[in-house]
Amino acid sequence: MTAAPLLEARELVKRFGGLNATDRLSLSVAKGELHALIGPNGAGKTTLIGQLSGELKPDGGRILFDGRDVTTLPVHRRAQRGLARSFQITSVFPSFTALDNVALAVQAHAGHSFRFWRDAARDPALSDPARAVLERVGLGPRANTPASALAHGEKRQLELAMALATGPKLLLLDEPMAGMGPEESTRMVRLLAELKGGVTILLVEHDMDAVFALADRITVLVRGAALATGAPAAIRADAAVREAYLGDEREAV
Amino acid sequence: MPALTRSRIALAVLLIAALALPSVAAWMDEPFYLRLGARILVFALAAVSLDLILGFGGMVSFGHAAFVGIGGYAVGILFAHQAEGSTLFGWPGTTNGFIVWPLAMLAGALAALPIGAISLRTTGVPFIMITLAFAQMLFYLMTGLKAYGGDDGVALWSRSTFPGGPDIADHATFYYVALGLLLAALLLGWRLVNSRFGRVIRGAKDNERRMRALGYPVTRYKLAAFVIAGALAGLAGALLANATLFVGPQYLHWSRSGDLIVMVVLGGIGTLVGPVLGAAALLLLEEYVPELMNLAHAGLGEHWKIVLGPILLGLVLFARKGLWGVIAGNRAP
Repeated sequence: MTAAPLLEARELVKRFGGLNATDRLSLSVAKGELHALIGPNGAGKTTLIGQLSGELKPDGGRILFDGRDVTTLPVHRRAQRGLARSFQITSVFPSFTALDNVALAVQAHAGHSFRFWRDAARDPALSDPARAVLERVGLGPRANTPASALAHGEKRQLELAMALATGPKLLLLDEPMAGMGPEESTRMVRLLAELKGGVTILLVEHDMDAVFALADRITVLVRGAALATGAPAAIRADAAVREAYLGDEREAV
Repeated sequence: MPALTRSRIALAVLLIAALALPSVAAWMDEPFYLRLGARILVFALAAVSLDLILGFGGMVSFGHAAFVGIGGYAVGILFAHQAEGSTLFGWPGTTNGFIVWPLAMLAGALAALPIGAISLRTTGVPFIMITLAFAQMLFYLMTGLKAYGGDDGVALWSRSTFPGGPDIADHATFYYVALGLLLAALLLGWRLVNSRFGRVIRGAKDNERRMRALGYPVTRYKLAAFVIAGALAGLAGALLANATLFVGPQYLHWSRSGDLIVMVVLGGIGTLVGPVLGAAALLLLEEYVPELMNLAHAGLGEHWKIVLGPILLGLVLFARKGLWGVIAGNRAP
């Protein structure tokens, strides 16, 4: 990869008590690529996502996004710069409709919200783009359904739609397929394949078929450190990876 | 022509009843009803302002009466200086409502700004406790303020004046002014909760973490809502001082904040009309239940909250949106 990295973690360290949840981890995500992050349970994927998105403060190291040091920026400032994330555990606005969920995401990037009088529900500047994103993820017909009434798979789609609607430079997807049936997973893989190339994606996912089908590069995380980074074929062939991760997986199954 | 939904019919009935009350009271020769009605309107305004942050924003402020009290003191203090002919920071006192009432709103907002800025660093139970603590601090401050009566407060012997405007010394006029301000606050609240700003506040109540991840500086918006609610509470305080011709530290007491929360919950949390009904319900119960209980057994009336408790419990358990939810159906605005 020769393109300049869009997101870079340098020597990142996060300790919880005696445990190094992130252990001098370096990672770079190039502009335009779909970079997958895999690793056994407890490898520190969630901790890393927390630091990249800004919810956790690293104990050492730096995070660069789009050419700037964002290590100390709060969550909302990183989001404003184009770092959008989805959540492993579905995190939507249950009392809002699907359309309003996405409209709220659009609104976050449509200037300040100190507007007190006009009815936001009738503002086409919010609802038109929101509707377009809903169509794109296949939720068009469910626009007026309250988010709390959506099926699990639909909530996952909505989760992605909200991240997309902010018009991000980078999508940080935390297990978008979690808890999905095979049919829903297939649809999500197809959707991510469509997005690929248009927007840079850092994908954390347990579904190995999906990861190897989608990723341009894969980083394998073990005990808080990057064990290997490379193209899917190289990762598949890497002896250390097979032992540390894929082997484990086979035993577990 | 809008459809005749249950909520629209209920709103029309409420509005007609509110408009007709002074005439009915005059016809029955019961001026007390007029005073009770005005008192309900004043507390309704305070409860609506609380519901903006509590019901729509999820900020359970347990110190809202402080802003009401501060608004009241703005009226009382300026009245006292006018009466004594003394000055405050070089300014003479006044009873001019065109000056005093906006100042009461400003005082409520200015008090809410630092209190909100500090309290909103927390959420949940700590937020409840911190707002309570601030309110109690202000309560003790007013208790110790000997220049303005300390414990005894300030008695006013006339209402605010509006040169060239309505004469609110007349009870019916005062009632209609209070009603007009309440309706204006409801209109403002209605626009507010449906605006972009209102969506941010409601989104933060649903899922604050997600709001941050979307890029919203959530605390800034919540603070703005807190200050708006403080200003409206200050206005309610100015009205309360005029309704009772008195301000005292008890207006800021935590039990008053508790009453406001009860009004919101009773009437329908997260609805605009609900707190109005809640204020009416609580004040009417407070007025008549003890009387009835005393009829049954002398002295029993002081334990009237024994009746309030089960009513509140029943509404919370069986009607998620309180009285307004019961009246307007589940799709209450």
